[in-house]
Amino acid sequence: MKKIDNNKAWWFVAPVVLLVAFNAVIPLMTVVNFSVQETFGDNVFFWAGVQWFEDVLRSERFHAALFRQVMFTGLVLLIEIPLGLLIALAMPRKGPWVSVCLVMMALPLLIPWNVVGAMWNIFALPDIGLLGRMINGLGIDYNYTRQPIGAWFTVVLMDVWHWTSLVVLLCYAGLVSIPDAYYQAAKVDGARPWAVFRYIQLPKLKYVLTIAILLRFMDSFMIYTEVVGLTGGGPGNSTTFLSIDLVKIALGQFDLGPAGAMSIIYFLIILLMSWLFYTLMMRGEDR
Amino acid sequence: MAGITLDKVRHSYGPKPTNDEDWALKEVSLDFADGGAYALLGPSGCGKTTLLNLVSGLLRPTEGTILFDGLDVTDATPEARNIAQVFQFPVIYDTMTVYDNLAFPLRNRGVTGPDIDRRVREIASMLELDGMLTKRASGLTADGKQKISLGRGLVRSDVNVIMFDEPLTVIDPHLKWVLRSKLKELHSRIRRTMIYVTHDQTEALTFADRVVVMQDGEVVQIGTPVELFEKPQHTFVGHFIGSPGMNVLPCSVEDGVAIFAGHRVETINAAGYRGGAGHVELGVRPEFVTLADEGIPVEVIKVSDAGRYRIVETAGAGEIIKLLLPEEDAVPEGTAHVRFDPAHSQIYENGWMVNGAAS
Repeated sequence: MKKIDNNKAWWFVAPVVLLVAFNAVIPLMTVVNFSVQETFGDNVFFWAGVQWFEDVLRSERFHAALFRQVMFTGLVLLIEIPLGLLIALAMPRKGPWVSVCLVMMALPLLIPWNVVGAMWNIFALPDIGLLGRMINGLGIDYNYTRQPIGAWFTVVLMDVWHWTSLVVLLCYAGLVSIPDAYYQAAKVDGARPWAVFRYIQLPKLKYVLTIAILLRFMDSFMIYTEVVGLTGGGPGNSTTFLSIDLVKIALGQFDLGPAGAMSIIYFLIILLMSWLFYTLMMRGEDR
Repeated sequence: MAGITLDKVRHSYGPKPTNDEDWALKEVSLDFADGGAYALLGPSGCGKTTLLNLVSGLLRPTEGTILFDGLDVTDATPEARNIAQVFQFPVIYDTMTVYDNLAFPLRNRGVTGPDIDRRVREIASMLELDGMLTKRASGLTADGKQKISLGRGLVRSDVNVIMFDEPLTVIDPHLKWVLRSKLKELHSRIRRTMIYVTHDQTEALTFADRVVVMQDGEVVQIGTPVELFEKPQHTFVGHFIGSPGMNVLPCSVEDGVAIFAGHRVETINAAGYRGGAGHVELGVRPEFVTLADEGIPVEVIKVSDAGRYRIVETAGAGEIIKLLLPEEDAVPEGTAHVRFDPAHSQIYENGWMVNGAAS
């Protein structure tokens, strides 16, 4: 068969190319621009090559922030994914309580990030906050503004409160879409509840769990607003995650070169991790 | 292995059934003999899947009792009843291999290694799955997956009954035939009670020794395929089974003879009919209507070719009468006369065959 060359189709792609160029590629290029140059103001730039990249990758400060970030994201995923799955499994499948549960679950997701930060800031204060007073009332010395452990505990708890719902809703949607026949067949085959979970529910939830983990990974790896509202990155640097550190470097110290290099490294880490995870999960699924 | 008895079983999906419409299954009492091949046949929504799920224990009847070999199992779980069921859409455990899928019901019941292996290989070869035991089950075609579902039912050597809920719905037409013969062959080999739900009369009539015909939550007739064809106990059975269905014509009865359009029609059951308040109809299958020189005058409306015979549609006394004509016969035109075979004409009162229960 003779192949017909018809390149008119490109015109249909052009609007998307333009859109992506303006909202992603061009802004990214300005960052690339900063990352390879040095400036002393007045819009005068000097070529710096990969100097800033080397500096960032060797910097103790970057290592520490990256370590805190990985710890935070790991912790958040370890808690939110199993907890979300458990709550979804426990939710009713039919009846009037379904909508009540769904609305309750959706509520935290509707609250703006900075409001969440401010809410928890007050909620956890040891002298006037409900949570802070309660914990101290139990005889535990808790003050998130002074103790790194207390700050971590509060930040993780806040994130779990804010985002577990997303995992619940995704898993719930996945669970209700499993046809009844699977459960009936399992009953006929004499499967115990654990086997039903292991061989029916979990495999059927594979895709929604992949999406849930990806979303929670990306969001928690980029977390900024809530933590700034709650601890401002402190006490000391104990809750200064990558994004908070980046803003400090870029807008606090006005080190545009290192900040540009760090942005690109940050972006590449997220991209690489997401790609690796997705490829691993989808292995052998191309039938 | 067990004979299954349903005693005055009724089922409603709603919590408080008040009127007739609330019952998905109206009162049903019937017996499935041990080792028989049964079909539940009826249109969609007639309650056949409900009846099947009651037998398997996936549903608990609102009223009545279910007995396996005389033992009350009304409250027993599907597992305790030891039944197997194949669903409309193939159910397989995606992450397992074909082998593990087949072994799953045995492992759940604590059967040990060598026994599992022997049973799985035996069933796999019976179903021609032996070449793909190590493959992942999710990669199989629809008919392969349905074979696995079936295999999981067969792998236990002691199941009381194997049930099929429209198992060929998602199978390609040319494979339906193959799987159907496979089922029939399996039944004659293992002689286990099988109940097959379908709305396809061909599937029901080729598979089953006895067919249970259902309509609106009621059992209208239980019989062999020949009985359903020759002596439909209800006009619905006459309509639903046969292609085309039975002619049902309004008539009256005088002195034990049916009168249709002013003509006397001999039937098998009008002689003893004393008359009643009911609406009386005459039923005769197109197979038993012939063109004759004299008889009921009709107008030929349409002739369609159905291969070895022709379906002739005629109109007489405002009613449509269909008949089958061998293909070598001349195609009739214009006016003609038809005659009904007395041995295969019967009268119905309010839909039910007169003296039906006696025959």
